[in-house]
Amino acid sequence: METTNILLAGVGGQGVLLASQIFTSVAIEADLDVKQSEVHGMSQRGGSVTSHVRFGDKVFSPTIDPGEADFLIGFERLETLRNVHCLKPGGTIIYNSMRINPSTVAAGVAEYPDDVAAQIAAFGEKTFEVDGLGLGQQAGNPRSSNVVMVGAVSSFLSLPEALWEEKIRQLLPPKLVDLNLKAFHLGREAVKGK
Amino acid sequence: MSENKAILSGNEAIARGVWEAGVRLASAYPGTPSTEILENVKNYKDIYSEWAPNEKVALEVGIGSSIAGARTLVTMKHVGINVAADPLFTLSYTGVNGGLLLVSADDPAMHSSQNEQDNRNYGRFAKIPVIEPSDSQECKDFVATALELSEKFDTPVLYRTTTRTSHSKSIVILGKRTEQPGKVELVKDMPKYTMLPVSAKKRHPLVEERIVKLKEYAETTALNRVEYNDTKIGVITNGISYQYVKEALPEASVLKLGLTYPLPENKIKDFAGKVDKLLIIEEGDPFFEDQIKVMGVKVDHGKDLFPLEGELSAAFIEAQVNGVVAEVKDAAPGLPGRPPAFCPGCSHRGIFWILKKLKVFVSGDIGCYTLGALPPISAMHACVCMGASISMGHGMAKVVENSDDMTQKVVSVIGDSTFFHSGMTSLLNAIYNKSSSVAMILDNRTTGMTGGQENPGSGRTLDGEEAIAVDIPALVRAFGIKNVVKIDPYNLVDIEDKLKLALASDEMTVIVVEAPCVLRYRISHPPLKVDPEKCTACKRCLTVSCNALSLEEKGDDSFVVIDPNMCVGCGICAQVCKFDAIGK
Repeated sequence: METTNILLAGVGGQGVLLASQIFTSVAIEADLDVKQSEVHGMSQRGGSVTSHVRFGDKVFSPTIDPGEADFLIGFERLETLRNVHCLKPGGTIIYNSMRINPSTVAAGVAEYPDDVAAQIAAFGEKTFEVDGLGLGQQAGNPRSSNVVMVGAVSSFLSLPEALWEEKIRQLLPPKLVDLNLKAFHLGREAVKGK
Repeated sequence: MSENKAILSGNEAIARGVWEAGVRLASAYPGTPSTEILENVKNYKDIYSEWAPNEKVALEVGIGSSIAGARTLVTMKHVGINVAADPLFTLSYTGVNGGLLLVSADDPAMHSSQNEQDNRNYGRFAKIPVIEPSDSQECKDFVATALELSEKFDTPVLYRTTTRTSHSKSIVILGKRTEQPGKVELVKDMPKYTMLPVSAKKRHPLVEERIVKLKEYAETTALNRVEYNDTKIGVITNGISYQYVKEALPEASVLKLGLTYPLPENKIKDFAGKVDKLLIIEEGDPFFEDQIKVMGVKVDHGKDLFPLEGELSAAFIEAQVNGVVAEVKDAAPGLPGRPPAFCPGCSHRGIFWILKKLKVFVSGDIGCYTLGALPPISAMHACVCMGASISMGHGMAKVVENSDDMTQKVVSVIGDSTFFHSGMTSLLNAIYNKSSSVAMILDNRTTGMTGGQENPGSGRTLDGEEAIAVDIPALVRAFGIKNVVKIDPYNLVDIEDKLKLALASDEMTVIVVEAPCVLRYRISHPPLKVDPEKCTACKRCLTVSCNALSLEEKGDDSFVVIDPNMCVGCGICAQVCKFDAIGK
């Protein structure tokens, strides 16, 4: 299998790393070589966060270079736009339409662009906007919007549905499993047939 | 997935590796990207592990454990080795008893650091071997080899990772723990472990002999591996760069160095002789490039193509070597940045807001509060290394003329963990030398920036057991400081009044701020609300730089709103508001 590159981009605290963990554990279970990379530290406290997930027969570099991502998974609008240049020609953007103000915008020293969605659409040939927050709420908790996004991406990958469910069961605390399975399926359905 | 297969970060893999290799004691001071090693070691109950107040102490604890015969792990971030350099250089002379592994987690590209020093240089400087893994499997496996090397050659081993090896995850085949047969007991050996000139003079030649023997070892060890392929291009590389090279130049022959000091001269010359073009690809300094050139080997390309700064990548290597540049669209221009900021409810917020208001020079230190340097707060004007705030502030106050001009007054700001690390001696110096400066100790009872680790002030040890919690005001008074003032960081009037008093005094004042970290201790009060009728959208509250606040525009009307999911009700914004528009 050719290497699949998934770049996840969001804001510290959104559960980007848990989402990455679901991808890597599904891939390893499917007997693929997997690497994942992120940077901790200053990226906490509401800063930008990216995580690189790569899987295939043999993976060397743990990072995805600009222009190499098959999928850009955005957990927030602006962070999606910030990383669009990482997408491969013909790659797919799947992003959560929610908005989180950066501290600079909150403080009134910078402006949040009002045409983010249009700018994203202008970049990728295949772009899917998902109401992650709304679907997360529908699943029972807006914080599950990260798993909504995992569900959305899963429908583009030829990995068995049961494997995703199994990993969600393993990685989340027992009392949150049902909610997140619901979030996963809502995300998976949201992009189907589009 | 088989049971002995796991996906681990490099740091998790090192923790697993030391457990498998029979390590008995581990000590560290937290620092990105090294922190998770000890956080994982603590889960292996066969290993005694602890946080030390600084890296020098961590290494000294490790030396003791090694002298007693136990296999030992000490970890720190790259700049931590500077702190631990004093014991390190003499440890090179004494050598070890139980194997001693010193992990230096370097941070090329400075994701979370104040410099990007290449600590391989310490190996050469201290005349000890340097081992560099390239992925998590090697992070685990090389540990056992490194400890054997340490014992065989009677030397500490510098185990160098970088952010990408420490924090990237890859598949690891796990093994079992092997207890070490050696007895752990104290055996007096004064000439080996008591470094007086008389004994050190006898140890130094052994250090030089050791390097000669290690060079021979380097020629045959499996840590250094040749992968012959097409011989048009041969690459000598190490660490994470190896992964980028394999991705960018799959046809090239590669000499992958796992033992990067001392170098295998014959192996390098042999490899160089078999390839048409020799490239040296390493992040950071031309560490082995320079040494290889000194061997008289012709190097076709090295630092002429690859920078001294930052990180490499597969795409960059491909572009530099083959001239192949991938089609990459430009990044979207002019987007607002998203820098890290104080958490909603953080006790540092009000302090920095007042420091900015007072226009003083803020001599800063390393921790979450360093974020006070970023806009829009922008109220930290110097920050060099751990513990330096008070000493730098003292130096400034000694030479700047005393006046009423607030811009010429200095306030030093330091956190609890950094104070315990090396701020205590700075403060001792200041009071001993009759300083008139002001120092603020922001005591939030945790080592915050690295993720909330325990420290001597938190009342808990690494494994969560109850411990002493240092009484900072009592400690400061014991130094002989008379003006010890406590303030409430959630009361702006209190902060401003007490700071002004301290700044007017001819005697040194230490202000202690006792407020537990809201993130670490999950402190939360009901969220506040804005009364849109009263809000004039003057944006004054936005200057406190809290992510829970934002300006909402509805038609012609605009007003501030507070996100109830983020607000923890600290009340700083309400105190800043001049229209009484923010309340419960």
